[in-house]
Amino acid sequence: MTAEQGRKERIDRGIKVRAESIYALMSWRELSYLALPRLVLIVGLLVIPLVMPSMYWQRVISIVCIYSLLALSFDFLAHYVGLVSLGGAFFVGTGGYIAAILNKSLGLSPLFTIPAATLGGAAICTVLLLPCLPLRGVYFAIVTLMYPLAFARVIEALDIFGGTDGIMGVASFPNQWVEQYFVIVVVLLFLFGLRRLVNLDLGLVFRAVKDNDQAVRASGMSVTYYKAVGVFIASALGCLAGACLVHIYMWSGISQFALDFSVLPIAATVIGGGGTLVGPVLGCLLLVPLSELLRDFGTLRIVSYSLILMGFVVIRSEGLMVYGQRKYHQFERWVKV
Amino acid sequence: MDILIYGTINSIALALTAMGFALVYGICRVPNFAHGALYVVCGFITWSLVRSLGLPYLLGIAGALVATAVLGGLIYRVVLIRVRGMAISEIIASYAIGLAILEGLRWGGFKGMTYTLPTFVEGSVFIGGIPVDYHRMLVVVIGAGVVAFLWLFTHQTRLGLALRGMAQDERASLMLGIDSDRMALVAMAFGSALAGLAAVLLLPLGNIVVEAGYNVLILAIAVCIVGGLGSWMGAVLAAFLIGFAQILTVVYLGSHFQMVVALLAIILTLILRPSGLFGRQKELEERV
Amino acid sequence: MTGGEPILKVRDLTKAFGGVLALNRVSFDLHEGEILGIIGPNGSGKTTVVNSITGFIRLTSGKVFFRGKDITGKPPHKIADMGVTRTFQIMRPYYSLPAYKNLVIPLFSPRAKRTGGWRGGGRLGDRNTVGIDILEEIGFERDSFVPYKIASSLPTGYLKRLELARCLALKPEIVMCDEVFSGLSMSEIASMVPLIERLQMEGITLIMIEHRLRELFRVANRVMVLNFGEKLMEGTAETVMASEEVKKAYFGSEEVEEVMKHA
Repeated sequence: MTAEQGRKERIDRGIKVRAESIYALMSWRELSYLALPRLVLIVGLLVIPLVMPSMYWQRVISIVCIYSLLALSFDFLAHYVGLVSLGGAFFVGTGGYIAAILNKSLGLSPLFTIPAATLGGAAICTVLLLPCLPLRGVYFAIVTLMYPLAFARVIEALDIFGGTDGIMGVASFPNQWVEQYFVIVVVLLFLFGLRRLVNLDLGLVFRAVKDNDQAVRASGMSVTYYKAVGVFIASALGCLAGACLVHIYMWSGISQFALDFSVLPIAATVIGGGGTLVGPVLGCLLLVPLSELLRDFGTLRIVSYSLILMGFVVIRSEGLMVYGQRKYHQFERWVKV
Repeated sequence: MDILIYGTINSIALALTAMGFALVYGICRVPNFAHGALYVVCGFITWSLVRSLGLPYLLGIAGALVATAVLGGLIYRVVLIRVRGMAISEIIASYAIGLAILEGLRWGGFKGMTYTLPTFVEGSVFIGGIPVDYHRMLVVVIGAGVVAFLWLFTHQTRLGLALRGMAQDERASLMLGIDSDRMALVAMAFGSALAGLAAVLLLPLGNIVVEAGYNVLILAIAVCIVGGLGSWMGAVLAAFLIGFAQILTVVYLGSHFQMVVALLAIILTLILRPSGLFGRQKELEERV
Repeated sequence: MTGGEPILKVRDLTKAFGGVLALNRVSFDLHEGEILGIIGPNGSGKTTVVNSITGFIRLTSGKVFFRGKDITGKPPHKIADMGVTRTFQIMRPYYSLPAYKNLVIPLFSPRAKRTGGWRGGGRLGDRNTVGIDILEEIGFERDSFVPYKIASSLPTGYLKRLELARCLALKPEIVMCDEVFSGLSMSEIASMVPLIERLQMEGITLIMIEHRLRELFRVANRVMVLNFGEKLMEGTAETVMASEEVKKAYFGSEEVEEVMKHA
């Protein structure tokens, strides 16, 4: 009694093959196949602030972008360098505090504090994470988990940097449109920048470190150094997010070390599709408004995205973008064996 | 002198909180980042059983311990078993569920000063001129007993030896007929019960707060890393090292530095001797 | 083969894994430009020797000198940077990348930048092109699509060459090949042997750990035999294979005689 067996076959769509490399210039159809998703994303993000009904929702868009930077940072580190950072809040807090301090103590405008906080914060974070880079990835996860918790407690206990009240009266962006478009443009820049980076030679080295670090060592390169470079890039993104956040809210406090900033980017990446760099941004677009809606319910929002995160991890789902990309580029059919 | 006494008390308390985590991580390599959540949950269950249902204290404790063990086992069976072997996924999944539990408790209104557990015995005694209350002495006695029992268990009983065998070489144990999933389930349940035991003993010394969950997690991880994974002796020694260090900073610097001590201990260990004091995972220093 | 100071001096290598003594006071010299074969039954410590010399394993005791400099205990990437490279017995290419991209990584290393890499001619051009050139040199057909295939889809023969290419990209002085002939068909080996000989002609010193004795004896100048972590003997292929001890170590003297008949 033999049942007919079939296997699923995945084949690239005709248009994908036709659109490969220079042949894409052949016709408008191929060009649009390639360009359309990117155009939709770019135009969509640029247009969104104009269609938002109220100032409240416009601010939400800015927050979406802040979280997107964090999610990009997580995705880049986890899927392209092989380090899982459970404490994005660490970067946000560091960048935020540096920007606030520079602004209040030295009177520097956001034009200076943001770049300074990004680079300075990245340097500090990288140095603090250096001890666990030569070790297995598990240790990096543990240490990143604990830094934000520890820093929050230290600031609270020592009552430095404003203690539990935080630093108030930080300068804000010139006007609300600058605020929004600045972060949107930054997100787009880094999104496409990172996508470019991972295909450059340096990006290949990162991916090699993730795949097989012993082989990288055997090629005469210090894995610790390249991991540090990766951490620098990722923490720069996080510190940038923190600095922007501080100028949006005009305030810096220990809540920046809060779990939201650590957990939501991870959830967004897992839902949106890890490894695609676009997926995490999409995930934020979905989760942040959801979290805003749940804000009235207190910490229920953390519960919800923890559960969502756990669900996705356990089901080993590939994420929306990965699924979407596959559907876009390939089709499936059953083939008789 | 008071440093000696308070240091010992603190160290044994640390060892208690860390034992459950050390057992599960060191023996079946399952990092249970929900450890802190289980600690707090047991406290709340005890409180609910005793205050709301009016059960006698001991019965409430017993019930809570069983419930926590079951919860730990459920976490393994439903969640962790699906991501077994992928260390990072295990961490994320157990952390996420721990987070969900802790923040869920926070949302459910469990905050503030109103939730306490009564101490077992009232009164105190003077040792060397320092007042030490009976409850703390009880903690030391029971804690030492638990630690000793765990040594006996993992070194003398069949179940304990099976768990240790699994820790050393999972494939070989599988070949010898030791069911690693069942062992991990047992270990998780046991570890969760230990977390609950620590909670029941230590929470009466203060209030039941959700923050304790995070602190416990950090401390347990610190003890395990400093002591070395898989080493009972290392965990005990690390607990004493960190315990005394904490008391010293409290005396000389102020009481807010306790967490900093734990974090510093972790960083120093990772820099100087990654496998910990007695760690058997020399892989960190030698890799092929 | 030049006389004079050996390029690699290995003294009293000892490595204990817990209670097991994987290496017990192994010493030998490697002369510049020669091919030294390391043979011995499974578990005799051959790969451990390579791992210890190249820094992937910390020695319990012993010293390694490269061109007179003490390199004992240095981290593996520093040793590779000096020109002492090795292949891995269990092949681990960068599976998700195409074959030629696999070479971009070693070409990105400081050593490749300094030395220009193999065939880089002293100047490192576009790493992609240099990568394809290297692959062509070691036997990937340039005009086919083979260099562009994802590494995970390549058969063993190509993967072994890719492992070798990853070392060559660094313009090495020493290459330690760990069982580079194993898993290959007769024809694949037949095309590997000239490649090995060519490397020697270019001045690269080779250590080859092998089980395929017949093929090894075709290229090796000297052979060293390990058993249970100890050096049994070293010498030319004939001397070594005639020794009674070596035959006993391999548990199958008939097999050895067969090999000697056809060598």
